[in-house]
Amino acid sequence: MEKFTTFTGLVAPMDRANVDTDAIIPKQFLKSIKRSGFGKNLFDEWRYLDHGEPGMDPAVRQPNTDFVLNQTRYQGARILLARANFGCGSSREHAPWALQDYGFRVIIAPSFADIFFNNCFKIGLLPIILDVSAMDCLFGAVKSTEGYRLTVDLQQQTVITPNGSTYRFDIDPFRKHCLVDGLDEIGLTLQYAEKIKQFEQQRRAEQPWLFR
Amino acid sequence: MKQTLYDKLWRQHVVHTESSDSDSMALIYIDRHLVHEVTSPQAFESLKMAGRKLWRLNSILAVADHNVPTTDRSHGIHDPISRLQVDTLDQNCDEYGITEFKMNDLRQGIVHVIGPEQGATLPGMTVVCGDSHTSTHGAFGCLAFGIGTSEVEHVLATQCLLMKKSKTMQIAVEGKLGLGVTAKDIALTIIGEIGTAGGTGYAIEFSGSVIRALSMEGRMTLCNMAIEAGARAGMIGVDDTTIEYIKGRPFAPQGELWEQAVAYWRTLRSDDDAVFDRIVTFDAAQIKPQVTWGTSPEMVVTIDGNVPDPARIADEVKRSDMQKALNYMGLEPNTPITRIPVDKVFIGSCTNSRIEDLRAAAQVVKGKHVAANIKQALVVPGSGLVKKQAEQEGLDRIFQAAGFEWREPGCSMCLAMNDDRLLPGERCASTSNRNFEGRQGPGGRTHLVSPAMAAAAAIAGHFVDVRKLDA
Repeated sequence: MEKFTTFTGLVAPMDRANVDTDAIIPKQFLKSIKRSGFGKNLFDEWRYLDHGEPGMDPAVRQPNTDFVLNQTRYQGARILLARANFGCGSSREHAPWALQDYGFRVIIAPSFADIFFNNCFKIGLLPIILDVSAMDCLFGAVKSTEGYRLTVDLQQQTVITPNGSTYRFDIDPFRKHCLVDGLDEIGLTLQYAEKIKQFEQQRRAEQPWLFR
Repeated sequence: MKQTLYDKLWRQHVVHTESSDSDSMALIYIDRHLVHEVTSPQAFESLKMAGRKLWRLNSILAVADHNVPTTDRSHGIHDPISRLQVDTLDQNCDEYGITEFKMNDLRQGIVHVIGPEQGATLPGMTVVCGDSHTSTHGAFGCLAFGIGTSEVEHVLATQCLLMKKSKTMQIAVEGKLGLGVTAKDIALTIIGEIGTAGGTGYAIEFSGSVIRALSMEGRMTLCNMAIEAGARAGMIGVDDTTIEYIKGRPFAPQGELWEQAVAYWRTLRSDDDAVFDRIVTFDAAQIKPQVTWGTSPEMVVTIDGNVPDPARIADEVKRSDMQKALNYMGLEPNTPITRIPVDKVFIGSCTNSRIEDLRAAAQVVKGKHVAANIKQALVVPGSGLVKKQAEQEGLDRIFQAAGFEWREPGCSMCLAMNDDRLLPGERCASTSNRNFEGRQGPGGRTHLVSPAMAAAAAIAGHFVDVRKLDA
């Protein structure tokens, strides 16, 4: 996994609550057996006027010019501002894959759905929770300032605005450690292989019906 | 110390933790891993690329459900992309020797129907699947939750997951449910009250006299929808109903082991006076049949209600979301729910495709016929075994005589990954779990209801109070 220390990027606003994973990446694209290539279909039903199917060339699609990510000023956005309960719905990791493949490295929202939040960390996409008043300020700033960029300093756990003011965010120390050092979680868990085997043996002795 | 059911399940599965602090990450052992075709191919691929082995073969049960056709399967799957995904699951299972119910196996069905049906879901287990509706299995006193593909790979390789303990919420439903009011209506009432983020960060335990009186099918419907309230896990303590359901199922223990298991399972309930982080109580007498009007399960009203009016909402973000939902749904504020006409009816999904659901719907349509404006009415049983049982009870003939199509088992029109879908603008009375934009097909409009309410809408051609049909 790519290491995450500090990151500066152009910001785009997704100003609606309860954005679900079906909206982030519609079901027809889940048929892929690959991890990559979902970015061109991120928010497909909002982003294009025609109906999308796997394998279609985005160049011949009809973009919905009203959709926020299609506006010229947000081209190349790497940080997404969102509203409450972002990523609700299905457990599809295709949603974080699509956001990452499109180019996002950070999502900032007042709250996230649990499974989505968890999935983001596994692939090095950083979900940051800020309170509603901070979010309102950031939404106001990005809409009124073309080319608005934010810096995220994971080590210091801060979001830094262009005028230098900062918002502090919380992150679980273990998750931070994994992101900062780009660690492989499975490798970490396998360091405890002996402990897992012992646990399993004891469980098998106590509840043998679980191992049939 | 008094413990909740969740506390007990958690403690039973902690392999390792860095500190005793309840907020620190813990390594949790996984007893049962259910696998389907959509969220597993990338996990198997990464496992192979990293040169890692599968940790415990007999913890895994696999089935293809999302992409399978519900019509004649003798010629396989015609969509090449869907077919590749199902073939990939078959190949992975064959290569590792994983137990899989293939498409033409009588035991094939929706993963959350077949786990319990086979006794592969047992009390006290941790159950995971790359699917958010894994919360369903919590009905058996399990800690069951959905995971992403990276975590599927983690479980394949280590039999464990790294996670943080959730907070606990007790949702107590007390009193007696009215006639025609079902577990689905309880679920939608709860979501309407606490919201789709109400359960975020919590494991929900459902309790109270109404829950005790529910069948296992009803309990599964309720736990299934815990995720729509934002909670990764929903659960219900073990009682006679649980044990009776499991007895004799293929994966369930037998003989002496059965007695030993039952003795342990009976301890899987919250201690009296156990402390929850949040308690919410509902009076069953106040719960009515529910119909969603918008594009989130929390956008729900009672059948005797009206489509809400955004003009009456003070909060700006909320008002704008409500207006967007009404535009998408093609609904005018203040329209009585019973005046909304329906184009299609879908009875199925991991929420409502079990035998009790089909019986409830069949009872409503028996001797009647779907209305002239209904373009399609589908019944998709949750598994081959549910289908067979329904046919033995004659339910297929009741449905077909009433103008319903009787299909093969799978996820079907719940999320339209196969050919079963809504066309743009079509309106559906659906027993599924999500009314998100485009969920049942691009531009499709979903109203979530119980099986009896979906059946009643099919007959009337619009939403109707099923309680009034009974009178």
